[in-house]
Amino acid sequence: MTKVSMTVNGKAVSGEVEGRTLLSTFLREGLGLTGTHVGCDTSQCGACVVHVDGKAVKSCTTFAADVAGASVKTIEGMNNPDGSLSVVQQAFQDHHGLQCGFCTPGMVMSSAALLAENPKPTEAEIRHYLEGNICRCTGYHNIVKAVLAASGQDAAALAAE
Amino acid sequence: MPKDHGIGASSKRREDVRFLSGRGVYTDDMALHGQTYAVFVRSNVAHGRIKSINTANAAKMPGVLAIFTGEDFKDVGGNPAGWLINSRDGTPMREPKRPVLAHGKVRHVGDAYAAVIAETYNEAKDAAQQLADDSDIEELPAIVDMKKAVADASNRVHDEIPDNLCFDWGWIEDNRAAVDAAFKSAPHITTLELVNNRLVPNAMEPRSSIGEYFPGTGDYKLTTTSQNPHLTRLLVAAFVLGIPENKLTVVAPDVGGGFGSKIYHYGEEALVLAASRKLGRPVRWTAERTESFLTDAHGRDHVTKIEMASTKDGEILAIRTETLANVGAYLSNFSTATPTFLHGTLMAGPYKVPHVYVNVKTVFTNTAPVDAYRGAGRPEATFSIERIVDKMCRELNLDPFEVRRKNLIQPDQFPYTTPVGLVYDTGNYQATLDKLIELADVAGFDKRAAASKAKGKLRGMGLSTWIEACGIAPSNLVGVLGSRVGLYDAATVRVNATGNISVMTGAHSHGQGHETVFAQVVAEKLGIPESSIEIVHGDTSKIPFGMGSYGSRSLAVCGSAMSKAVDKIIAKGKKIAAHMLEASENDIVFADGKFSVAGTDKAKSFGEIAFSAYVPHNYPLETLEPGLEETAFYDPANFTYPAGAYLCEVEVDPETGKVDIASFTCADDFGHVMNPMIVEGQVHGGVGQGIGQALLENTSYDENGQLLTASYMDYAMPRADDVPFYTVDHSCITPCTHNPLGVKGCGEAGAIGSPPAVVNAVIDALHRGGHSHVKHIDMPVSPARVWSAING
Ligand code: FES
Ligand code: FES
Repeated sequence: MTKVSMTVNGKAVSGEVEGRTLLSTFLREGLGLTGTHVGCDTSQCGACVVHVDGKAVKSCTTFAADVAGASVKTIEGMNNPDGSLSVVQQAFQDHHGLQCGFCTPGMVMSSAALLAENPKPTEAEIRHYLEGNICRCTGYHNIVKAVLAASGQDAAALAAE
Repeated sequence: MPKDHGIGASSKRREDVRFLSGRGVYTDDMALHGQTYAVFVRSNVAHGRIKSINTANAAKMPGVLAIFTGEDFKDVGGNPAGWLINSRDGTPMREPKRPVLAHGKVRHVGDAYAAVIAETYNEAKDAAQQLADDSDIEELPAIVDMKKAVADASNRVHDEIPDNLCFDWGWIEDNRAAVDAAFKSAPHITTLELVNNRLVPNAMEPRSSIGEYFPGTGDYKLTTTSQNPHLTRLLVAAFVLGIPENKLTVVAPDVGGGFGSKIYHYGEEALVLAASRKLGRPVRWTAERTESFLTDAHGRDHVTKIEMASTKDGEILAIRTETLANVGAYLSNFSTATPTFLHGTLMAGPYKVPHVYVNVKTVFTNTAPVDAYRGAGRPEATFSIERIVDKMCRELNLDPFEVRRKNLIQPDQFPYTTPVGLVYDTGNYQATLDKLIELADVAGFDKRAAASKAKGKLRGMGLSTWIEACGIAPSNLVGVLGSRVGLYDAATVRVNATGNISVMTGAHSHGQGHETVFAQVVAEKLGIPESSIEIVHGDTSKIPFGMGSYGSRSLAVCGSAMSKAVDKIIAKGKKIAAHMLEASENDIVFADGKFSVAGTDKAKSFGEIAFSAYVPHNYPLETLEPGLEETAFYDPANFTYPAGAYLCEVEVDPETGKVDIASFTCADDFGHVMNPMIVEGQVHGGVGQGIGQALLENTSYDENGQLLTASYMDYAMPRADDVPFYTVDHSCITPCTHNPLGVKGCGEAGAIGSPPAVVNAVIDALHRGGHSHVKHIDMPVSPARVWSAING
């Protein structure tokens, strides 16, 4: 067991971890931040995506010890300071980009990372970027629409509705 | 103006705020004081005899608290099948016991034969590995292929079942002679052999269960990923563990998708409860994704020969099918109903076909149990019918739109009795077909095909006109047909003294948005804001009873119970109002949240009536009980029959065989729509899964019964860039005639109607590209299959 410290959602945190402890486990079990989900064991589904120093990473394949000192942001850190939904989150609600909500934290974190890199992505760019996030509920239609809307584009027109 | 609240409004989902903020509470998110971890020891052979399990080494390992094997459960009950099917000769189906842990034999890869409980997950996992190493399992030849399973009587999944056959069912046996006669005299017969590919449901939240036993009271609590907690309680309490039903609470909190796979009771749920009783501590288990692939009930897996008799101008005269349906190693709860009453009864489709006969043989194999998956039986029926209608059109050189139009039941023929036992109450199949042709711009197809051609691609379009039966009922009829449960539902509407409302519903939301939609319905009926209504679901200790959510039944059945309970509230409110307003009850009208005396301005608000019911100072106490809470049970008179027409356009790359979905258009009739946004989302999701089945998803067992597609590396889930934006429409409405909301259900439609549209489109593209020798390609229509079909 070694002690690891990092910043999570703006707060300094630390905990005892084994070398093999995954960041997803540290967040969920160590810090009680259960918004980050685990949907697979092969690093394929993206339910576990968080930001580490601003980059989207799959926390199920990142060792907690490897992000010592880093700044981590999870879904719990996405709301505006007053608790309201941020632009990306609000777009998911407005456009019904979630159903069961299980893939949602990863989808939101990936979408936010995409928009940080590429503020006005095309439909094709969104679909390509979200390839590592599986959603079984929505058929992706409203997720892609939500990301288009969050980027300030006319989602309804682009989705040909 | 679209409505902004109540029935018909696209109200935003209230549950989204917690999900989007990371505050959903799914089973695995709960931490409990003193919790322990269960890890299951699972067979790595498909078929084997358990010779010995030596627990001594594992028991001594750090943190290990208890070990269970099949021996510990051999005297308790098995997990039963919910529907008794009789074979054609009248004999009942074969029902082997499905134990909590395998005993004597293991019957599929992933079959759990032991479990370890330890202080930590890693300790349980290490000890489970040790136990696996210390188990002696003699591998037996695996039975994987259904045709071989039935042919080879020497090799048996269950030693007492000689031909691996569960039943041989005919529907309707009395129709058979007439059907055969229709084929004898038919001008044209089309024949097609097809496979409805086996699928893994893949709800994104893996199954998870926590068992708690409270020694002080003898109470049990099971928190679990379930679509229907009451059914799980019934099965665990009455059938498996023998606990009094009133000592067991089952809670299904936020659940991350189900699609059928979380309807059923699984052995892990019984194990965590039994282990908690032994240890006096909570016992938890969450599946790893590989375990989900190996043990969640799979879907589909039919091999069908379908024949269609017709005139030369495409009038359908008769349909005859023979199907082998895989049930896997054990009978999952609905596994016998799915290939029979949810499949055979739909085999007339939306057509005026006078003669239909369906034969289904269900087969045991050394594979995971197979049960209902989104659509359940109806996608299999729809795929068979819509593929053979298309093939018939090609053989006779007829237009697929016109042939369907000619055969569709006419709007003035409802109620329509089919030859397979259903009465369609209402519909207008021409209207949805017309709507589809307009929305999909069928007239512009040639232009689009030319553009595809210029890119070196073959474009095709595929049509599917589908119908389904939802909200399975009524109980007295399904009882005659073999159902072992009732199929009603229940709701309690509790008006609190301050006028806000708690609705306890037997439906369970695992993505459907009931917390929002059900509140819209109650708000509309009572004329009060949605925000003062709370929908409570998923907890047997709070809800009167319920059969849960599956089969697109939530609004049609559970919503109807809720609607009836609201009517009772209004009726009682009128009595209270009559007293307070000194008027006759018959003169009280209720509208816009107010009880008033007809023709006067004397009125009491809903809130005043609620307050009076709980503070009954001015109240007819001699004739009326205080309080304002009503429960209703609702048993539907019939199924509901959503229907629609779907069109898919594909582009096929003839060099690689790769198929791209160019567009997908849906015109549906769901009856009245309570929340268009949610209905559209349900169709999107269903179509996404249907495209997955048609193009991508394949569950592959090798001849030794090893699952080759047990992870997302090998099982191709649809991803964002595999699908297009869909065009969906639900403006054609023929309300259901027998439920109070006039709703039909929309949850499964997309998954039912879409696969044949995709495959028909691929065949169409190949024919237009000159590859007219290709008659059929089995799903998933992968590049390799398309390429070999073109070049074969
Ligand atoms: S849980 Fe991390 S990719 Fe699936
Ligand atoms: S919303 Fe359920 S998996 Fe995406």
